[in-house]
Amino acid sequence: MIKHRYLPMTEQDETEMLKAVGVNSVEELFVDIPQSVRYEGIMPMSGALNEPALLKHMRQLSDRNADFDRYTSFMGAGIYDHHIPVVINHVISRSEFYTAYTPYQPEISQGELQAIFEFQSYVCELTGMKVANASMYDGATALAEAAALASAATKRKRVVVSRTVHPEAREILLTSARGLGLEVVEVGYVNGITDLAELEAAITDDTAAVLVQTPNFFGCLEDIRPIEKLIHASKGLLVMSVNPLSLGLLESPGELGADVVVGDAQPLGIPASLGGPTCGFFAVSEPLMRRIPGRIVGQTVDSEGKRGFVLTLQAREQHIRREKATSNICSNQALLALCASVYMSTLGKEGIREAALLNLRKSHYASGRVEGSNAFSLSFTAPFFNEFVVKLPAGAEAGSMNAKLLKAGYIGGYDLGVAYPELAGHLLVAVTERRTKEEIEGFFREMEACL
Amino acid sequence: MKPEKALIFEMSRPGRVAYSLPECDVPEIDAASVIPSELLRGKPAELPEVYEVDVIRHYTELSRRNFGVDNGFYPLGSCTMKYNPKINEDVARFAGFAKIHPYQPEESIQGALELLYTLQNDLAALTGMDQVTLQPAAGAHGEWTGLMLIRAYHESRGEHRMKVIVPDSSHGTNPASATVAGFETVTIKSNERGMVDLDALRAAVGSDTAALMLTNPSTLGLFEEQIVEIAKIVHDAGGLLYYDGANSNAIMGIARPGDMGFDVVHLNLHKTMSTPHGGGGPGAGPVGVKSKLTPFLPKPIVSRREDGTYYWDTDRPQSIGRVKAFYGNFGILVRAYTYIRTYGPDGLRRVSECAVLNANYMMHRLAPYYEVAYPGVCKHEFVLSGKRLKAYGVRTLDVAKRLLDFGYHPPTIYFPLNVEESIMIEPTETESKDTLDAFIDTMIRIAKEAETDPQLVLNAPYSTVVKRLDETTAARKPVLNCTCG
Repeated sequence: MIKHRYLPMTEQDETEMLKAVGVNSVEELFVDIPQSVRYEGIMPMSGALNEPALLKHMRQLSDRNADFDRYTSFMGAGIYDHHIPVVINHVISRSEFYTAYTPYQPEISQGELQAIFEFQSYVCELTGMKVANASMYDGATALAEAAALASAATKRKRVVVSRTVHPEAREILLTSARGLGLEVVEVGYVNGITDLAELEAAITDDTAAVLVQTPNFFGCLEDIRPIEKLIHASKGLLVMSVNPLSLGLLESPGELGADVVVGDAQPLGIPASLGGPTCGFFAVSEPLMRRIPGRIVGQTVDSEGKRGFVLTLQAREQHIRREKATSNICSNQALLALCASVYMSTLGKEGIREAALLNLRKSHYASGRVEGSNAFSLSFTAPFFNEFVVKLPAGAEAGSMNAKLLKAGYIGGYDLGVAYPELAGHLLVAVTERRTKEEIEGFFREMEACL
Repeated sequence: MKPEKALIFEMSRPGRVAYSLPECDVPEIDAASVIPSELLRGKPAELPEVYEVDVIRHYTELSRRNFGVDNGFYPLGSCTMKYNPKINEDVARFAGFAKIHPYQPEESIQGALELLYTLQNDLAALTGMDQVTLQPAAGAHGEWTGLMLIRAYHESRGEHRMKVIVPDSSHGTNPASATVAGFETVTIKSNERGMVDLDALRAAVGSDTAALMLTNPSTLGLFEEQIVEIAKIVHDAGGLLYYDGANSNAIMGIARPGDMGFDVVHLNLHKTMSTPHGGGGPGAGPVGVKSKLTPFLPKPIVSRREDGTYYWDTDRPQSIGRVKAFYGNFGILVRAYTYIRTYGPDGLRRVSECAVLNANYMMHRLAPYYEVAYPGVCKHEFVLSGKRLKAYGVRTLDVAKRLLDFGYHPPTIYFPLNVEESIMIEPTETESKDTLDAFIDTMIRIAKEAETDPQLVLNAPYSTVVKRLDETTAARKPVLNCTCG
């Protein structure tokens, strides 16, 4: 009999339990599985390791990756190397949180329910929206869900998305649009932000929504007000994807007239972790409350009048509506929403502004360094938050630049040529609060040396 | 009873801070000098002002008002609330896994790519499929991905098949995923033994059938004995077979979906592979397919070159595209891989054997007190009905609430929908006979209480921080946040 530290079954247990069931062997419990579909071999998969050997193996795999502790990262493009306050890991390591599931039994899940209620409150505060949900898989899938919501709410099948939206979010949008039968129209950019003339031409009377991102994929800030006027004039919805940290400084989407606000909470205390798990957030204006996808927590009282929290508005969800549901999301990213909540609790009203301002100052110091360089130039002049595009000199190739930077101890910028062929030779550089003046200087010196 | 817990917003005192940010070693420019003032925030976000001790005490108190697997037995049916190994948590936090960027050069993440590549192959071996994508973030996300693959497959053959068949016992996500993938759902009744009604299936399939979605063992905990016949009916009609892997904890190494005739399968790594449920996520829902569907898999997948290096394979012209930013929930995949390596193939088989023995043992001991919906052997879970207690005015909900007073998380209740007053119990393999016996004794005690003192059960729970909550008002007059905005 296999002995394993997670398995309590002893031979005596097994004997007693089989007897209670009235069978002679475990094998008899599987008589309902037809012989023809039985698996008789040993599955050709990785073998068992004891605990010390497994730790060593995992350490070896981990050591073959260039991590932010050993390399200085200027990579952003949706995932950022921000400082993660140490308290966060202590909170999410409380196993009452991480070993629980969706709070179906509210009396013994008040902790998670209140934490989600507070997360919803944080998202509403930052975005200026009336209603937020418990979380989505990530910012990119949240954007696709926003398109689905807009289509259902307006009964229109066409969405307009700017090419300055994250390329992967647009790819997911295209995949899900095929399922939903949506038409996706992309509009281009001028000087790093959405081309308003092209956008105006693309918005028709049957347009469900305009999808924009700000700061956009190039780091540039979109001019939302004219976009809001255009889409609302045709009775479509304004969907904004935002970087939550930037909202410490930037005008809230609610004030700008957004109907749906989505984004990824990774900048709020969530490890990069090769891009996942992160945490999408989703907020809407009041009229769209009963169309919001996913779990949502509401405040109520118990039978003695005491405040408590429950999952609510469940009539929207898949387990009630089944094929009539407009979203199939079930499990979401609760533990990462908790990371983001603890981050916002830690930063507070002053800290979120200060962190955003630090990002702004350091990235602008870095962009000034580019402007002063003979070799490089800034590709766009639109205002930006903590990321900007650097044009390499003619003939320089972004991929080989990054390979050289890696050897010098830097994780370089994002090679824009991958997703935007017209921007080959352009590097998207992110500068968070973690980068020091010295690191910034060293990075650009090294970039020049790589030429 | 405990007093109400303050919201963190209610603890705010102007001037308190809990943060420590890097110094500003560059010129302290004004935001307005580089950003037009109309793009700057007019009024600050009203986040609470607290200090570090407040943060820790607040969330520690919230955690004490929560119940996880580490707190006690959590037999929530179809959710596989098994023990979440601590080594999983430790390794996922290694800097080389937690502090790496998805767009780093491939040569700088070879360890991560090797892990993903190996996990793809391990899950293919476990399910009997040919290729696996690790992108989907959760079970429902995997279902949708799988259905989009099925759609692409039929379209590539010039066939317009827009109907997905699901049994009435299926998870709610199945029909919802079908809708989001653009399909029409056809629900077929189960027969009196809880199995697929073959006549209903034969009547439902046709030239418009895209797929049948099946959970096997089903949500009733029953292995679908007619699976070979079912596969033949669906395949003969030109449809494909989709396997909802929510219940795969029952059959690892014993029967593989690929060998049963399934063409597409998803696994819930937060269930079968022990990665924690996180209070409702993050999970991971990898999807495995037979070779005829591999051209359509989301891109990228991880491939291995002849020289032993690994790379993102994005050259997949028939791919359905991308379903998730970057490469899926990598941190969860690290945990799942770690788990697989604690057991190996023989160990995983033993996991399923123990899970099934535990479930059968509980079912037999509880049968005299709660009606077993479908007698016979069960797999990893079983469904009881609490309808006998209705004579005393006690419903399944009341039994569940009474269990809270004894320190248990209740089973899944009122699902599946085709069993009256259903109680769905999944013990998992990581619970000892001692734990099962204590829980069984409690269930028997509650059944007796229902007969002799129903009010005691109806007024439960007594020991929790709140009593039963008013869910109707919560939905009618929603209070969904505490902002003043």
